Amino acid sequence: MAERSVLLSVQDLKKTYVSATGPVEAIGSITFDVRPGELVCIVGPSGCGKTTLLKCLSGLLAPTAGSVTLDGAPVTEPPRTMAVVFQEYGRSLYPWLTVRDNVALPLRARGVPRAERTTAVERALEEVGLSQVLHKYPWQLSGGMQQRVAIARAVAYQPEILVMDEPFAAVDAQTRADLEDLVRRVWQDLGVTVLFVTHDIDESVYLGERVLVLSSSPTFVQEDLAIDLPAQRDQLSTRALPRFTELRTHVYEQIQRAKRAETAPTP
Amino acid sequence: MSGATIRRAAASFAFAVGLPVLIVLGWALATRDTVNLYLPSPARVAQAFVDTWLDPETITGDVLPSLARFGIGVLASIAIGIVAGTVIGSTPWLRALLEPMLEFFRAIPPVVLVPVLMLVLGIGDSMKLAVIISGSVWPVLLNTVEGVRAMDPVLADTSRSYRIRGPLAYRYFILPAASPQIMAGVRLSLAIGLILMVISEMFSSSSGLGFQIVYFQRQYMIAEMWSGTLLLGLVGVVVAAIFTVVERRVLHWYHGSREVARG
Repeated sequence: MAERSVLLSVQDLKKTYVSATGPVEAIGSITFDVRPGELVCIVGPSGCGKTTLLKCLSGLLAPTAGSVTLDGAPVTEPPRTMAVVFQEYGRSLYPWLTVRDNVALPLRARGVPRAERTTAVERALEEVGLSQVLHKYPWQLSGGMQQRVAIARAVAYQPEILVMDEPFAAVDAQTRADLEDLVRRVWQDLGVTVLFVTHDIDESVYLGERVLVLSSSPTFVQEDLAIDLPAQRDQLSTRALPRFTELRTHVYEQIQRAKRAETAPTP
Repeated sequence: MSGATIRRAAASFAFAVGLPVLIVLGWALATRDTVNLYLPSPARVAQAFVDTWLDPETITGDVLPSLARFGIGVLASIAIGIVAGTVIGSTPWLRALLEPMLEFFRAIPPVVLVPVLMLVLGIGDSMKLAVIISGSVWPVLLNTVEGVRAMDPVLADTSRSYRIRGPLAYRYFILPAASPQIMAGVRLSLAIGLILMVISEMFSSSSGLGFQIVYFQRQYMIAEMWSGTLLLGLVGVVVAAIFTVVERRVLHWYHGSREVARG
């Protein structure tokens, strides 16, 4: 197969919920493409339907209209080549399974032979720096370590695209910085495509090679911004760059505009 | 072990056995020189216990058959309850169809089914098993339905996105997630099963613990009757102890995570 220019394609995606008080338009119309190997952050004001968008992308929720295409095939159920990391790490790990079994279960469901599974699990836990807690249960670990386990599980699954839904919203600032660097490292080490949803403007600029700014609900893509920061990022020096400040100010203004809904709903 | 730990253990043991010891002492004092047929002394009841229930013939003829019916009945209830509850709980239309009716069946006191089941199944073991199952299946079944239904949506999404399906999903996701509820149901089922074991034997039976207790009562063998009650109490305590051991093993993750959450 020739070099693909588009891995994930979202075309005119629309989601309307039916509620007791009538239909609620959560997503107006979202269109964007993700190229293979990109690290794209999606940022938007709270309540703009980020989680809804992510569920539609990952085949967990059927959109009302529009299409999601992964690797040329329409997404109608959770795709084999996608791994999702959820915000609520405490509820996305199986508390009755050890760390090792949590990471291994998706591989088992895929039919990966035992020996191969063991290697993959060990390598993934090593990648996130958790080799020493193989036999512990998730609830015996700190929040940051639990989210590392969830990332290890996604890494071991060897996806083409890794989708993360505000994965660090519930951890403390120090842990969060470490986990952000972990995501950059995983992305660079494994060459996986990453789609990272966040409500944190600084995080989106620090992490992303590209930032999609969403509008308020009903949601559309308000801006598609390339992040021209150096590839090697560092919590101290990158965040101190004037360019970083410019970009975060720009995104911040976009979000404020989105909140005030000044822009007309046509991208 | 330090001295303080030993003292604490001794104190909690003294508290646990203190009241029963006092009650038995009071009972012994009150019935010191009694001739009252209905209130035998504890020594008399203890003697009757040894004579009646440690007799090999009673053990093989009454105690073991009773316990076997209880064990089979309760295990069958648990198996039926979990399997049916899982199917109903994971099939929304089936649950909507059956749930009101299940609540109705659960509300029927199982004892009233004894005459009906006797008519249909006679007075043998199958009737007694049917009585036990007809009462003790409901807590497991309804709790399983509820446990399977009330699944954590995040964990459900996780399982779906990693395409964990079929038998693997039942074994590693759905049943473990429901297991705290299922075990609470099992605990109730054990208590109900024990009651129904006794009651099923009180109606036209010729063996078993329930039969013997009624027989002694009708023969004015009051000490023997009390000793049967004592035996049932002991069976209940042993069953509860076994349950606790099993529950600790099955739900170790649940107790552990809750301790951490409280910590």
